[in-house]
Amino acid sequence: MALKRKDLLGLRDVSAEEITEILDAAKTLRSILEQNSKKTPHLQGKSIITLFYENSTRTRMSFELASKYMSAASANISASASSVAKGETLIDTGRTLDRMGTDLIVIRHPMSGAPHLLAQNVRASVINAGDGMNEHPTQALLDMFTMREHKGGLEGLNVAIVGDAAHSRVARSNIWGLKTMGAKVRVCGPSTLIPDEMEKLGVMVSSSVEEAVDGADVVMGLRLQLERQKSGLLPSIYEYASFFGIDESVLKLAKKDALIMHPGPVNRGVEITSAVADEERSVINEQVTSGVAVRMALLYLLTRRNNERTAD
Amino acid sequence: MNGLLIKNARIVNPGGDYNGLGDILVRGGVIDKIAPSIPANGEKEIDASGLTALPGLIDMHCHLREPGFEYKETIATGTRAAARGGFTTVACMPNTDPPADTPAVIAYILKKAAEEGAVRVLPVGCVTRGQKGSELADMGALMEAGAVALSDDGFPVADGHMMHMALRYARSFDILLISHCEDPALVNSGVMNEGYWSTLLGLRPITRAAEEVMVAREALLAQALDTRVHIAHVSTEGACALIRDAKARGVRITAETCPHYFSATDAFVDGFNTNAKVNPPLRTETDVAAVKAALKDGTLDCIVTDHAPHHLDQKAVEFDVAANGISGFETAFSLAYTNLVKSGVLTLHELVTRMSVHPAAVLGIDGGVLMEGGRADIALVDENASYTIDAKSFVSKGKNTPFDGAKVTGRIVHTVAGGRLAVESGSVVV
Repeated sequence: MALKRKDLLGLRDVSAEEITEILDAAKTLRSILEQNSKKTPHLQGKSIITLFYENSTRTRMSFELASKYMSAASANISASASSVAKGETLIDTGRTLDRMGTDLIVIRHPMSGAPHLLAQNVRASVINAGDGMNEHPTQALLDMFTMREHKGGLEGLNVAIVGDAAHSRVARSNIWGLKTMGAKVRVCGPSTLIPDEMEKLGVMVSSSVEEAVDGADVVMGLRLQLERQKSGLLPSIYEYASFFGIDESVLKLAKKDALIMHPGPVNRGVEITSAVADEERSVINEQVTSGVAVRMALLYLLTRRNNERTAD
Repeated sequence: MNGLLIKNARIVNPGGDYNGLGDILVRGGVIDKIAPSIPANGEKEIDASGLTALPGLIDMHCHLREPGFEYKETIATGTRAAARGGFTTVACMPNTDPPADTPAVIAYILKKAAEEGAVRVLPVGCVTRGQKGSELADMGALMEAGAVALSDDGFPVADGHMMHMALRYARSFDILLISHCEDPALVNSGVMNEGYWSTLLGLRPITRAAEEVMVAREALLAQALDTRVHIAHVSTEGACALIRDAKARGVRITAETCPHYFSATDAFVDGFNTNAKVNPPLRTETDVAAVKAALKDGTLDCIVTDHAPHHLDQKAVEFDVAANGISGFETAFSLAYTNLVKSGVLTLHELVTRMSVHPAAVLGIDGGVLMEGGRADIALVDENASYTIDAKSFVSKGKNTPFDGAKVTGRIVHTVAGGRLAVESGSVVV
């Protein structure tokens, strides 16, 4: 019972004990997803709001189903990022939700640090469902959950993260979480998509996909926003795919039982070829299931804190 | 009661003849006498035993926000904050609303300052109309109306041709142009310095080159035209090197930096601290060391505050959309004393040179010296006083500082501005 925190804003400051507790709870709760009747009372009497300032399908659905399976009262708010500048401030929105008796707010926001601003100003727990280029901790937790299921543990694993690390909150959260759990992380992409001094985060940085994938236990592709080409970061999508795409020949350099992962949605033939995405070592679809389980665990563990507070 | 007699001060006066222990008699806005001992004759006396008297500090770069942004600061509140920081003259930048691109706005600022100001206010006019960078402002008329220099501060003059023409035109009137160096294309919507911390926090980075390419441009233009240019708020190692190199080649270039560029780094942004959001952005330890070295060797002539007060509403938001700027008047001297003098980078003499003597020389104004017959602008500091910065106690409307809670040494105790006691025992009394 290590998880005493109010919020989950990122994995940067989450300990190995906490991560293990979350992953263990997710493993228990995942069995619910295999039941005929997917309903448990874990979150009965709890209210959960998803506050999304950015489009999302899978993350949002994943949180929403997780809360419904566990009997929470849930509601969704889609706010446009343009209202950030004009309309109600994030702090005011948060306080309004607080006063409606919200126990937990799941926020996605295009600006790094927005969940931190919200968390400082509300009583409700806050889960970061992706903020700008900063963190996407639940994605990294579901990635680690999936790795642990297949590899038995995370310590000593060689994880190659290939793609647009500069703009990727998935990459940052995975780096923090995997490092904490004792895995070794390599990051690979063209220099325009690798942020300055990334190696100081404790990862190996390479601009050769062959070098990064060589001997890897896990090969993770990152989603490439195709509009990056227009802003001068890439000459063309074709060139990106030919130098940094994960195809069968690159994959031959990884360990034989290497896992193939991708946070989705996949640009087939860009980050990863269809042949690789659909082969038997690919766990891309399983990641989605892990996502629901991890989010069920987090919703439970963070709202449980409120029970303890009420009991005081 | 007529006049003011400062007794037993240790006078540090690098621009003047009298240094050492002494008394200063102030009468009618000027220094009447400086001598080892002056008998009292009915004047208000200030016992300055244990205090150090400096020529009033001169801040050649601040934002008073009036007209147009009175909810952030006014000339009345801003000049009081300045006085509390030991400043007796401030040059205010023209990014007001309307911007100071017409003689009428310059006249308005001067009128408000005369009526409500606590220290001397010298307005800086715009280089280009509306600070838009596409047409020159009426530069001669702005100077005639009382502008002390011209700058589009807050914005760069992005177009090289426009800056070339501005410098060329300014030459005919011997106008000082102050350049805010920032290539907008290289900034590319960045919000903090590029490096470890921008990578860690996932905040869009600004390359140092955004500042440096424009410093290089201004140096080359000033050289080609054999005219002078002043570089605002220098923050990077590379910019210091470019200016040092230009000075060595005889280019008529002067430059300034701010306390936050030698007192803080981009690590201050951790936690998405919007009070550490400033433009140019806080840099790294390497840059801090380079800025200190450049202050020591004279590459950087002046220390300015770039006092940029903001309302809490512009800071209590997401980092990306938070306003740039630090409320700097009331921390500048203490930060400089702590991080430059106490740490052995500069002597107090050298610090006073950077905060008073040089700014007066660059602006071409009187002040920056304690001398008989000269302006009675005096700051009295307690060099031994250590205290904790408390933003809530600021006289400025802007409480936006990344130094809230920092422990510093060297406190402004009294300020005499234009012969008037403006700050007494740390409190504004005008």
